[in-house]
Amino acid sequence: MKQKKLVVIGNGMVGYKFCEKIISKSNEFELIIFGEEPRRAYDRVHLSEYFNGKSADDLSLSSTDWYTENNITLYLNDPVKEIDRLAKTVHSSHGLTVAYDYLIIATGSAPFVPDIPGIDKEGVFVYRTIEDLDLIANYAAQSTSGAVLGGGLLGLEAAKALIDLNLAETSVIEFAPRLMPRQIDSAGSSMLQSKLKELGLNIYTNKGTSSIEGTDRITALKFNDGSELKTDMLVISAGIRPRDELARLAGIEVGTRGGIIVNEYMQTSDPSVFAIGECALFDHNIYGLIAPGYEMAEVTAAKLCGDHKTFKGFDMSTKLKLIGVDVASFGDPFTTEPDARTILFEDSHKGIYKRINISNDGKYLLGGILIGEAEAYNMLLQTVNNKILLPPNPEDLILGSRGGAAQNENAGLTGLPDEALICSCEGITKGAICTAVTAEGCESVDAIKKCTKAGTGCGGCIPMVKDLMLHTMKQNGKFVRNVICEHFHLSRQELYDLIKIHDLKSYEQVLDNLGKGDGCEVCKPLVSSILASLWNDMILKKGNDTAQDSNDRFLANIQKGGTYSVVPRIAGGEITPDKLVVIGQVAEKYGLYTKITGGQRIDMFGAHLSDLPLIWEELIAAGFESGHAYGKSLRTVKSCVGSTWCRFGLHDSVSFAIRIEERYKGLRAPHKLKSAVSGCIRECAEAQSKDFGIIATEKGWNLYVCGNGGSKPQHALLLAADVDSDTCIRYIDRFLMFYIRTADPLTRTAPWLNKMEGGMEYLKNVVVNDSLGMAAQWEMEMQALVDNYQCEWKTAIEDPEIRKRFNHFVNAPEEKDPTVKFDALRGQKMAADWTLA
Amino acid sequence: MIETTLNWFAACRVEDAVENGGVCVKRGEEQIALFYFTRRNEWYATQNLCPHRKQMALSRGMIGSAGDVPKIACPFHKKTFSLETGECLSGDECSIQTYPVKVENGLVYIGLED
Repeated sequence: MKQKKLVVIGNGMVGYKFCEKIISKSNEFELIIFGEEPRRAYDRVHLSEYFNGKSADDLSLSSTDWYTENNITLYLNDPVKEIDRLAKTVHSSHGLTVAYDYLIIATGSAPFVPDIPGIDKEGVFVYRTIEDLDLIANYAAQSTSGAVLGGGLLGLEAAKALIDLNLAETSVIEFAPRLMPRQIDSAGSSMLQSKLKELGLNIYTNKGTSSIEGTDRITALKFNDGSELKTDMLVISAGIRPRDELARLAGIEVGTRGGIIVNEYMQTSDPSVFAIGECALFDHNIYGLIAPGYEMAEVTAAKLCGDHKTFKGFDMSTKLKLIGVDVASFGDPFTTEPDARTILFEDSHKGIYKRINISNDGKYLLGGILIGEAEAYNMLLQTVNNKILLPPNPEDLILGSRGGAAQNENAGLTGLPDEALICSCEGITKGAICTAVTAEGCESVDAIKKCTKAGTGCGGCIPMVKDLMLHTMKQNGKFVRNVICEHFHLSRQELYDLIKIHDLKSYEQVLDNLGKGDGCEVCKPLVSSILASLWNDMILKKGNDTAQDSNDRFLANIQKGGTYSVVPRIAGGEITPDKLVVIGQVAEKYGLYTKITGGQRIDMFGAHLSDLPLIWEELIAAGFESGHAYGKSLRTVKSCVGSTWCRFGLHDSVSFAIRIEERYKGLRAPHKLKSAVSGCIRECAEAQSKDFGIIATEKGWNLYVCGNGGSKPQHALLLAADVDSDTCIRYIDRFLMFYIRTADPLTRTAPWLNKMEGGMEYLKNVVVNDSLGMAAQWEMEMQALVDNYQCEWKTAIEDPEIRKRFNHFVNAPEEKDPTVKFDALRGQKMAADWTLA
Repeated sequence: MIETTLNWFAACRVEDAVENGGVCVKRGEEQIALFYFTRRNEWYATQNLCPHRKQMALSRGMIGSAGDVPKIACPFHKKTFSLETGECLSGDECSIQTYPVKVENGLVYIGLED
C-alpha cells in the first residue's frame, strides 16, 4: 500500500508530540518535518534550566537517531516559506518542494514585541529559543543589571533566567497593576510579589514603558509616569503572537487578532490542512500551555487514523514553581459573588495565599488559587474536574482538618472516578494508572512512567501518581513494606538483627550481604548508625567514613556557608574557670562565633574544615572531648545545681547528670537523645521534656521517658518511681537498648512510643518487669558499648590518614575555601545568608 | 555535535582521592568535586557548587545509586544529582556540570573545555 504523505511545519514540542503519536498509531504515513530552528525539538517549558547547567542536548526531546529510526525526514534550519494548496505542495527556504496529502501546521508562536521607541537597541532581547538564550547569556556576562518587560508567567520565567545568570539587579516591569494578571487575583498577586521581592527581585507594576534610552545600546527604560530605571539589558516578554503568516498567505482562514481557525478536529478551513499548538485558534482561544498542545496533537493523529476524538477546549489550570515560589491556578480562579462563594486563607508571615471558589449551594468546587504552598493542587483540580461533592467543611481542603478525628488520607483518591485525568500533559487517567499497577505489575513511579508516560511532562502529578500506586497496591492486598530504600528491602529493625547475627562490621559488607546496588544517602547513614550502635567502633574507620552522614563524617555540624560548629562535651553543664578560658582562647584564635546552647554547653561556629583538627588538638590538650553534637547520639544531660548549693535540692543532681552523661556519651541511636536531671520537683532542668529525664524525690529518683521538645512537644511519662541510682541506670540501659533495636530510622523516642502497641504500660512491662526476658542481655550489651567508648576526635587527630580528609582542597591542602563569607553581628560574626537559588 | 578539544587537568594522585567518596579540586578560581566510586570502579567529576543553595559542598556529599544511575547527595539538604548527566534526581529544576575523568600512571585527570 502506498503511504500517505504527511508534512509537518514546525519542529517544536507539539509538532514533535504529533509525530510521536502518529507513528504509535499507524504506519500508513510518510512523515516529513520542516523546522526553522537549527536543532531538533527540545523542551521549551524547562528552558530556564539552560542557565542552570542543562545543555541543549539535555533539553532535547529525542535522541539523535529517533527521526531516522522512525523513517521521518527532518529538515532543520529550513523554514517553509509558502504553501500551495492547489498543488498540495510546500516550498522551503532552501528551495525544496514537497508534496503532501495532509499538512500539519505547528508553527507555534513568536514573542510579541511592542512598538516602543528604541526597541531595536543593542541589549534588548526576546525569550523563546535556545539561540535567544545564548544571546542573553553572552550579553549578561558584561552586564550588572537586567530588566524583564512583562510580569506574566513567561516574564517571571525570564526573570529567573536573569537571576541564574548572576546579574546583581533584576527587575520585572508590568503594565497591569499586578503580576500574572491572567492566572491569579490581586490578593494572590501581592502575596507573590512580596515573596519575590524577598528573593531579591525588583518589581514595578502599573508601569507603561514609553521609550528605551541609550545611544546604541540600552542604558535605561523611561516610563509614562516620567520615572526611569537604569538597566544594562532588557528581555521582552509581553505576550505571544501566533505564527499564522504561512496560513494567512495561503488563504486559510485566520482570526481577526491572529491564530489559524480550527474546528474540533483541528482542521483548518482547508480540510487537508490541520493546525495544532499555539498557532491554532479554537473557539476564539489560543492555548499557550503544553498540555492542550499535546491534546491537539492527539486529536489530529486520531482523526488521521480514522478515530473520532474531538478537542473540547482545555482546562488552563496550571501549577508551577516561579523562582522558588509555588503558584497554582485551577478551574475558574476568579469567579465571585453572586455566582459563587469564596473561601480565603492568607498568611503573610509565611507568604501563603489560598483561595477556593465554591458553588452557592456549597456542593462543588469551581476553582481557586494557591500561592506559596500548592501541595493540595492535584486533589483540588480533581475535585473541580470530576465534580466531586465537597465535604461539609470545604475550608478543610486548604487548611487541612483541624482537630477531631484523623482524616483518611486516601479518601480523596478512592472518590475519584476511573476517568479522572491525573496527568494532563499526557492525558493519563486514574484508571490507566491503576491498571498499570494491577495488570502490568508496575510498583514504582518509574515503572508507571515507562508504562503509561504519566508524569513525564511537567511532572506535577507525580506525588498523586505515587499515592495512587501505593493505594492500589494496598487494595490489591499487597503488603506495602516499610523498607529502607531501593538498596535494602528490609525494615530498620530487620536490618539491625541481620547485621548482628551475621556479625557484619562495615557498610560495604552489609551492602554485599544484605542489599543490592551501590547504596544512597538514606541507607548509608542508617547502616552506619546501626553499626555504631552494635559495635561502637571508631566511626571514621576506613571504608565506613564515606558512609557517614555529613556531620558524622567530619565530626562537626555543617552550617550555612560550609563552615562547621564545634561543641566540646561539658557534662552536666559543669565547667571549671580554666576550661572556660581555654574555650575563649580557642574561639578567639580561630575567629569563632560563640553561643551557649540549649543543653548547657558552648557552641563555637564558623570553623573552616581545615581548622577543625587544629581546634580539637587544643581542646583535647586542655582536657576536653567530643560533645557528639554532630551525631544521632546522646547530646547532653542537663542539670540544675541540686543539693550541693540549692536550698531546695533533695539530691546532688549535677553529680548524677555527669554520671549519666559519662555513661552514655557517644552512644549512637536512631535519632539524637537528650536527657536531664532535676534535684527536686521544681524541675529546673526540664527533665520531663527529654528522651529520658530524672527528678529527685524524697526516696530516690523518678525516671521519665519518651518526652521531647521540637516541633511537636510531648511530655515524658513516668517509667519508674522512687528508684535508687543504680536501678535507675539499669532501667535506662534497657530502655535505650530496646529503643535502639526497634525504632524506625530518625524516629525519636516520643513518636516511637506513640506507635508502640500497648503504649507506656507495655514499655513498663518490658523495661521494669522484663517481660521479654531481654533485660540481662541488654544491660550486658550496653556495658560493652560503654567499655568500647573512645573520643572520636582524639582518634581522628592522631591518625594522619583521617586528618588529611579535613583539607578543603585535595591539591592545595594549605588553602581554605575562598568562597566562605561572613557578615558582622553584635561584635561577632554570622554566616552570610543563602545565596538565592 | 561540534568536537571540542579537552584540556586534561591533573587533579591529584589516585591515593589522594577518597574511596567511595569525594574530594574537592582547586583549579584557579574554580572548585571541582572529584568522586572515586571504588565500588563501581568509576571516576566522576562535577562542579563543587550545589545549585540549590549555592553551597560549595558537593565533594563532601554522599555518593550512591538510583537504579543504575550513580548519584551524589548534597550534604546540606540532600538534593541528589546524577553523576553521569548532572541532572537533579530529587525533582528540582536545577542541574550540575559534569566533566570527564581519566586515570594515567597513578594520576587522576579531569577533562575541561577551554
